[in-house]
Amino acid sequence: MEKMPKWADVVLIPLISLILAAAISALVILGIGEDPVAAVKLMVKGSLGSTYGWGYTLYYATNFMFTGLAVAVAFHASMFNIGGEGQAMLGGLGVALVCLFVPWPHWSVAILGAIAASAVFGAAWAAIPAYLQARRGSHIVITTIMFNFIAAALLNYVLVNLLRPAGSMDPATAKFPAATNLPTLHELLAPLGISFSKSAPANVSLIIAVLACVAVWALIWRTRLGFELRAFGKSESGARYAGISPFKITMLAMLISGGLAGMMAINNVMGEAERLVLNAVEGAGFIGIAVSLMGRNHPFGVFLAAILFGFLYQGGAELALWTNIPRELIVVIQALVILFTGALDNMVRMPLERLFLALRRKEA
Amino acid sequence: MDYLTLLQVLDSTVRLATPLLLACLAGLFSERAGIFDIGLEGKMLLAAFFSAAVAYVTGSVWLGLLAGIASSMVLAGLHGLASITFRGNQLISGVAINFLAAGMTVLIAQDWFKQGGRTPSLIGGARFEPITLPLAETLQPVPVIGPLYHDLISGHTVLVYIAFLCVPATWWLLYRTRFGLRLRAVGENPAAVDTAGVSVVGLRYAAVAICGILCGIAGAYLATALQAGFVKDMTAGRGYIALAALIFAKWRPWYALSATLLFGLLQAVALRYQNIDLGGVVIPVQVMDALPYILTVVILAGFVGKAIPPRAGGEPYVKER
Repeated sequence: MEKMPKWADVVLIPLISLILAAAISALVILGIGEDPVAAVKLMVKGSLGSTYGWGYTLYYATNFMFTGLAVAVAFHASMFNIGGEGQAMLGGLGVALVCLFVPWPHWSVAILGAIAASAVFGAAWAAIPAYLQARRGSHIVITTIMFNFIAAALLNYVLVNLLRPAGSMDPATAKFPAATNLPTLHELLAPLGISFSKSAPANVSLIIAVLACVAVWALIWRTRLGFELRAFGKSESGARYAGISPFKITMLAMLISGGLAGMMAINNVMGEAERLVLNAVEGAGFIGIAVSLMGRNHPFGVFLAAILFGFLYQGGAELALWTNIPRELIVVIQALVILFTGALDNMVRMPLERLFLALRRKEA
Repeated sequence: MDYLTLLQVLDSTVRLATPLLLACLAGLFSERAGIFDIGLEGKMLLAAFFSAAVAYVTGSVWLGLLAGIASSMVLAGLHGLASITFRGNQLISGVAINFLAAGMTVLIAQDWFKQGGRTPSLIGGARFEPITLPLAETLQPVPVIGPLYHDLISGHTVLVYIAFLCVPATWWLLYRTRFGLRLRAVGENPAAVDTAGVSVVGLRYAAVAICGILCGIAGAYLATALQAGFVKDMTAGRGYIALAALIFAKWRPWYALSATLLFGLLQAVALRYQNIDLGGVVIPVQVMDALPYILTVVILAGFVGKAIPPRAGGEPYVKER
């Protein structure tokens, strides 16, 4: 028998964790002499009060959906992919190569090429840690951390020495050709008679991200592979007895995870910057961890949590613009969310379980 | 490369290896007791900030060091709470601690000093000064040994000597005392320790606390000895390099010394020479940056000697299964 009803596990615990994280964040804001209520108002106004704000919120959310899904898929196979950052960097490299060196006729074709390239590059970067975990028993957390740093050095080398246009000092590629530029929400919604801010970066990748959420949901709960993945995640020995190959699942889970993280590049590299810069990922790979934990590793949860973090990101930028609260406040909130929904999960769960057991005993 | 240049490179190797060594030993205590700690980076960063801030305000570097250790121990306590008391995921807790430190240091620094997330530069008694060892000046004219003693061995801050003394101290504590035996046992087989009537929780908290102290010294060294003040993200991945060194060292103190010296040498070389020309083949500076991580992956892969972590590492201990 379950210790508590499912809704408590899915809704109540994340909610309490979120409230705890928000309360401590409010204390932090108070501590640095600012007004938390005014700060929240400013954040809501700046990120949700205009289509411009929404455009940024959804742009960030798109990034976090990809990286959050990446972490979630690996979590289902009980692996902690901390390398989303590096995989997204490599995905960016794949997008840049495809956009720069293939003459695409139209963005709708180019985006397919870019999705394929980013997924392959991201998956390839996850493949080595996955292989080492499956065959040599190297801990995937440590190897993916190491691969983040190796990716940063590799990207630095490629941008400075190979892809930088002649005469440019900036470690970045040339602008991508105009045919590869993705339509923004402004261009997509205009034919429907909806006016959306022209300068906001949210673009067609948002739709791809939502489709990716649906695809991951179908993969995990509606396919044989998804079942094997979850079975492996619950009990490796159990899965082995059921004839599931640990090597295959480890590899596939990490390849899918890396591919999803890499696909983030169609949003930030192809959709927004339209060239590859050194620090393109901006920590989105790590935010994926918070998003996945907050969303309970469910694609719909990831979708909601990504929008929440998109809001925090855009709201945090507004705060930094108008008040004395630095942007790093978002990093603190992110840390608190990871702490409460991830590491201190039992702190919230244990008393709740006791409460529900006591209630049930009273009923009986 | 002449002898004096070599000495200079080795001298900066020692300087750069010191924070790595302290953090590596910190991780060693924690992981030997079965608590994975990827939050070394965050603890160092917070300690770096508080040591610089308190040293600046009070003018005393020793008070700064204490503040650094205290702040690092607060985070260590949080890690202990999450991973020992509440049996949470130790890796996730470490990630959270790193972000917490990265955000809080800038937030508090901006609030206190209004210099864009840094502390003012430290001068005079607010910094650790280099110590000239006895006879360094007298012996300097002696060929070979004189410059070696004067440039390489003498002239470091007290924290460098403390860090190097920590190596034999750690070895002695782990392998020659009852506490060390129990600490190692709790990382391999906590149930056996529990059966023997020794508190698993107590031992693990003790290990995490030692980890906090060492990370605190490492952070204080960064901000008050290696550099003069705190700047945003000044640990720059050193916590992760220390983690890499720990694996490289196979969780042993003397190996930790050689691993951190090796990684320190890589940093010193990367700092001094941009691209290295090896007779036609140019090694780009990025390779030097990535080398510690690549070496660690190779070691982890078990191609060059297998690194086997403590058996109970990462597993919360539950009395009854």
